[in-house]
Amino acid sequence: MDAVDNSQRYHEIRPMPETPETDQLSSRVINVIAKTQRIPAESIAPDSTFNQLKIDSLDGINIIFALENEFGIEIPDEGINNMRSVREVTEGIEKLMAAKAQTTSPGAV
Amino acid sequence: MNRVAVTGLGLVCALGNNVEESWRRLLAGECRIAPLSDEGNPPYKFSKGAEAWGFRPHEHFSEKDLVMLERFAQLATVAAREAVGRSGLRFDRELADRTAVITGSSVGGQFSEEEGYQRLYREGNPRVAPLTIPRTMANAGASRISLEFGIHGPTYTVSTACSSSNHALGQAFWLVRGGAVRAAIAGGSEAVFAEGLLRAWEAMRVVSPDVCRPFSADRRGLSLGEGAGMLVLENWEHAHARGARVYGEIIGFGMSSDAHHLTQLCVDGPAKAMTWALQDARLSPERVGYINAHGTGTQANDTTETEAIRAVFNSYADKLLVSSTKSMHGHTLGAAGAIEAIATLLTLQHSQIPPTVNYTTPDPACNLDVVPNQARSAPVEIALSNTFAFGGLNASLIMKRFAG
Repeated sequence: MDAVDNSQRYHEIRPMPETPETDQLSSRVINVIAKTQRIPAESIAPDSTFNQLKIDSLDGINIIFALENEFGIEIPDEGINNMRSVREVTEGIEKLMAAKAQTTSPGAV
Repeated sequence: MNRVAVTGLGLVCALGNNVEESWRRLLAGECRIAPLSDEGNPPYKFSKGAEAWGFRPHEHFSEKDLVMLERFAQLATVAAREAVGRSGLRFDRELADRTAVITGSSVGGQFSEEEGYQRLYREGNPRVAPLTIPRTMANAGASRISLEFGIHGPTYTVSTACSSSNHALGQAFWLVRGGAVRAAIAGGSEAVFAEGLLRAWEAMRVVSPDVCRPFSADRRGLSLGEGAGMLVLENWEHAHARGARVYGEIIGFGMSSDAHHLTQLCVDGPAKAMTWALQDARLSPERVGYINAHGTGTQANDTTETEAIRAVFNSYADKLLVSSTKSMHGHTLGAAGAIEAIATLLTLQHSQIPPTVNYTTPDPACNLDVVPNQARSAPVEIALSNTFAFGGLNASLIMKRFAG
């Protein structure tokens, strides 16, 4: 068993988010994961890994699907392999949203 | 215990409309995974599949028949006709009572179901086609075959996702071997190219955006295929007495459940299925020369299957020839076991190993001789065919060359 002792994790000092936007994005990601996994959002920290949260590949597909709906983006298969923690997911989504803004902004035709 | 001869083969899939055409393409290493007839709107994330390109329903069925029969049942019937035709069996009163029909299908008649939903939910029309139930039922193929040939023995359908038709063949093998029936028409069919089903596969993220490349390091998933394979299994003495042509012999079957995870593979379950099939055939592993692998072309399947084969065959695994014909006819889900059993029997009969095509780059985690890209001549006496299904259900069938 690779049970994780979560009791300490929640009291860890979390690194300061880089920007308020990232913080907001991160909490949206956490909410999606919490809802999909049916676990309390408080049990998820910005640097929780999927392993720690006991998220397996099938759960991962569900979460990615819910994130695509939440943010109106498409996450490519290749991207999933680099999304193994809340932080990695948040960073990945940030990039995809930036790319999307670029292609849809009227000035960037 | 009776010996079990295979006296009939029938095949419809991307490779061809019959056994000969399909076998020729298997040996030529022709990948029949090509752009989909309907790319979807918006397009599916995968652009290719292995449709039964040459199958024209009207060439085989009357208009009236087509009203009753969904595509998957049409495919099953046409394959059964070829298999029974090749066997030369005539179902007189006595044999008709002692013949079984056992088919495999993962999803049954998906098109009719989706048409019904379209009327109900898109058009707001509550009047769903009256034949939706008999067209959709997973046993539609088995029932049609029984009706067409007047067969009264045990007739049923196994639905265990990608192991469906391997399980069907195993059941039929055991029924004939144990003497409950004298003959069986067994196999499976699947018609997967219905929009709702394709969207569901898309969401699962296991379909390759290009073609499937089993055991190759750059593999990116499976390619969906449709088709049917049917075999006539017959009591050895019965076949011998009537001077039947024998394509090969089925000598062992094993099945297991992972009891591990709904979709994640584990090494143990597949290894158990292979081990138990060998025990069922009373064989030592070194007697096997060829494995028709499940080989879907997903990262997880191919490494896990390699590990499982190594667990069962130990160092002898290096001497095995292992290929995935899915690289040519796609993953036909509920029909996979039957189509691949036919490929395996033809491999034994002709001493020619069909290759694993689309192979570009060796993967250290799949370090078996996978007969890359080119068919190979090699006399093989005994071969094994694997299927591993979602839900953790595994099956291995062992076949032997007929040296008559």
